[in-house]
Amino acid sequence: MTGSRTRRILLGAAAPVGALLVAFLITSVLLLLTGSNPFDAFGAMASAFGRTRIILGTINQTAVYYLAAVAVAIGFKMNLFNIGVDGQYRLAAMLSAAVAGASFMSNLPGPLRIAITLIVAMAVGAFWAGIAALLKVTRGVSEVISTIMLNAIATFVVAYLLTPQMLAVLEGNNISTPRITDGGQVSVITFEGSTTPLFTLGILAVIVGAIYALVLSRTVFGFSIKATGLSESAAIASGISVNRMIVSAMLLSGAVAGLIGMPELLNGSAASYSLNFPTGIGFTGIAVALLGRNHPVGMVFSALLWAALDSSANALQGVGVARELVTIMQGVIVLSVVVAYEFVRRYRLVLEARDVARALAVQTPEAVAV
Amino acid sequence: MTADALPSPAGRDSAGKDPTGQVAVQLTGITKRFPGVVANSDINITVRRGTVHALVGENGAGKSTLVKTLYGMHQPEEGTITVNGSQVTFHSPADAIAVGIGMVHQHFMLADNLTVWENIVLGAEQMGSGGRLDVRGSRARIDELGRRYGLMVDSGALVETLGVGARQRVEILKVLYRGAEILILDEPTAVLVPQEVDELFGNLRELKSEGLTIIFISHKLDEVRAIADEITVIRRGTTVGTADPKTVTNRQLAEMMVGSALPVPELRESTVTQRAILQLAGVRVAGPDGREVLSDITMTIHAGEVLGIAGVEGNGQAELVDTIMGIRPLAGGSIELAGKDIGRSSTASRREAGVGFIPEDRQRQGLILEGSLWENRILGHQTRRPSSRGFLLDRSAAKADTRRIVEEFDVRTPSIFVTAASLSGGNQQKLIVGREMSEDPVLLIASHPTRGVDVGAQAAIWDQLRTARAAGLAVLLISADLEELIGMSDRLTVILRGRLTGSYDPRTVTTQQLGAAMTGAGDDHVGEVA
Repeated sequence: MTGSRTRRILLGAAAPVGALLVAFLITSVLLLLTGSNPFDAFGAMASAFGRTRIILGTINQTAVYYLAAVAVAIGFKMNLFNIGVDGQYRLAAMLSAAVAGASFMSNLPGPLRIAITLIVAMAVGAFWAGIAALLKVTRGVSEVISTIMLNAIATFVVAYLLTPQMLAVLEGNNISTPRITDGGQVSVITFEGSTTPLFTLGILAVIVGAIYALVLSRTVFGFSIKATGLSESAAIASGISVNRMIVSAMLLSGAVAGLIGMPELLNGSAASYSLNFPTGIGFTGIAVALLGRNHPVGMVFSALLWAALDSSANALQGVGVARELVTIMQGVIVLSVVVAYEFVRRYRLVLEARDVARALAVQTPEAVAV
Repeated sequence: MTADALPSPAGRDSAGKDPTGQVAVQLTGITKRFPGVVANSDINITVRRGTVHALVGENGAGKSTLVKTLYGMHQPEEGTITVNGSQVTFHSPADAIAVGIGMVHQHFMLADNLTVWENIVLGAEQMGSGGRLDVRGSRARIDELGRRYGLMVDSGALVETLGVGARQRVEILKVLYRGAEILILDEPTAVLVPQEVDELFGNLRELKSEGLTIIFISHKLDEVRAIADEITVIRRGTTVGTADPKTVTNRQLAEMMVGSALPVPELRESTVTQRAILQLAGVRVAGPDGREVLSDITMTIHAGEVLGIAGVEGNGQAELVDTIMGIRPLAGGSIELAGKDIGRSSTASRREAGVGFIPEDRQRQGLILEGSLWENRILGHQTRRPSSRGFLLDRSAAKADTRRIVEEFDVRTPSIFVTAASLSGGNQQKLIVGREMSEDPVLLIASHPTRGVDVGAQAAIWDQLRTARAAGLAVLLISADLEELIGMSDRLTVILRGRLTGSYDPRTVTTQQLGAAMTGAGDDHVGEVA
């Protein structure tokens, strides 16, 4: 089966690579139409990586995107569309920041403080996703609708809690949760000549990715998730409780979503949650998961690509091109990859059916009738 | 096979007009291959205009494949199709519709929340001035079609308010509205009760007398003999001959359909024990609308016994299976497995307690088509050895056991790593049977275990059932194939409108008696038999 294994990998890579090429082509046409030179633009983006700061920023961002992608992918594996990763992440980041910055924490040992922060973040994320899961299994509410609404609600809850009367403090013009005091954060690795350090909590992405891969391929739970996603009716007939799987998957998805903000909170220089905290990462996670096909390794590459595009976007301004070009590229990549994956999926099934037929034709030349 | 339960053949003399000699459709040497199998080979059929031409054959004989070819849903590798004298090539159903071929599917394709006329014009809208839908014109045309062919249905009614017979008339109108002159009806009577069958046949005679041509697919021989002007028999993917419905007997037709070298379903000496394995008492189940779909089901299956359930599809068989498997909740009554109440247990714990399940629709309930064979081996057995140990999958043991199944049950596959989708139906079924016989089940729910599988697989599956029965397995067998039911059961019962209506001895019962009981025609004497 080594031949078919090689083919499987080649086919799997063909779609994203093809989508990338299409994206480059379309953006090149756009650049030409607007009177810019595509080679200059892409050249400027590429040369941005000559700087350590850009490379470190890319790595940090890759970890964050990867966490977001895994959060989305857990749902995708079950045909659950958790659009609420963004809301889960923001609410979790805000509340865990408030706990981490709370005064009682200063008396606790550092590792415990960090552990508490992480656990609170995961619990809040899981709780927020759990609401959607509960609505789905008890009332049949589509998780697509409920998680979109929960995103909006999260925005208002965060705005409400992020006031001096509630959990925030006002410092000058900036309102944020109380700064995490020394010992409550995780140290970073600094590099010569770079203002951006390496976020050590990127390790969270590695751990989460490893657990995700192991659970999916090696456990009964992971098997049940995949089976439910591929055929709900077969899963039910096989004794898999679909409702239980929905709740578990949503809780896990939310818990991972809760971790998305941790590198920024516990490694970042602000050491607090404020209105400057990045938003929309949950949505980026959807794109990254799609491009990476929910595969633990595939999503590493897609997260890296997304982060690299983001990090090099500013370099475009040096050659007089708007940085939004990158957003267009990302959009085109997602669109073309969705089409390409479906195409490859069908092609693969046809190819396999033909192979099986050919292999069997040798054994039983006169197999007749269905 | 149920002569007395069927619509009378009155009116076969329709208008005394003998079919004109003109050929409407001619299929010559049609061959269609699918991965691993030749579904149709060298099919030759001549259908004359203004006649009802029946295509009969067993389940899986290749009727549907042929119909799909004729309707342009796929292209044959060899052979030609001639319609009204000119050779045609169909790339899609649209091409078939363009030359006047229409298809009435076995499963209705109607939108419940739209009206009859909306359903009919959907996709074939006539535009009036300014690109607006010509409502009045469309409705007038539909009403006119209905009057002309005697297909009476209120074009303004919501489809959800219609009965099965009326829905079928809507389907036929839909096809006529698109200008069809050659109608393909795929198993049109499968969903109808006898009175509705009578009505349908009346409509078909009307259509025929207006010069339309009807291709009628069925495996119900009495119906075919009642309505057809000519019969073509298909066996194992090829046409084996034609018959004149006026002179041919059911027996002759059946022999043509089945051939003589087929395996015979039969059990040898009784292995029935006194040990009750499955006991249902007063089981009631409610449908989604709250109406009872199963009423007062009481039955016992012993170790080493096969209980066969006969019935027209849709009389509660699927619900009964789902209830025993724990997929549908009980509304009342009790289910015991080997003396233990399992009426409230989950599907998983019932399976762990030793219930094997061969589902009616293997592609929907029995397999993950995009999963590999070894992953499908785990399905339904994911909580037990050899598939898993604790919460971890035991991948190597699962793979090894898949190889055993492939070997023992003769699943034809190049490897256990290919997807289930790439296997033929018979091999998919053998994999399922092998899987469900693993881990020593005490009870096997076998729903249409040999439906749509080839003859070799059918014989193999029967063999496995016999062996397991001898080893003390209790089997609930549900099948539409009466011969299989009679041959493979130790005891028979009939399900009708959600109730078990009698108990029969397969050694003495005839298909006629069963058929009568299945349609309710034998209601009056059921009590005595039971």
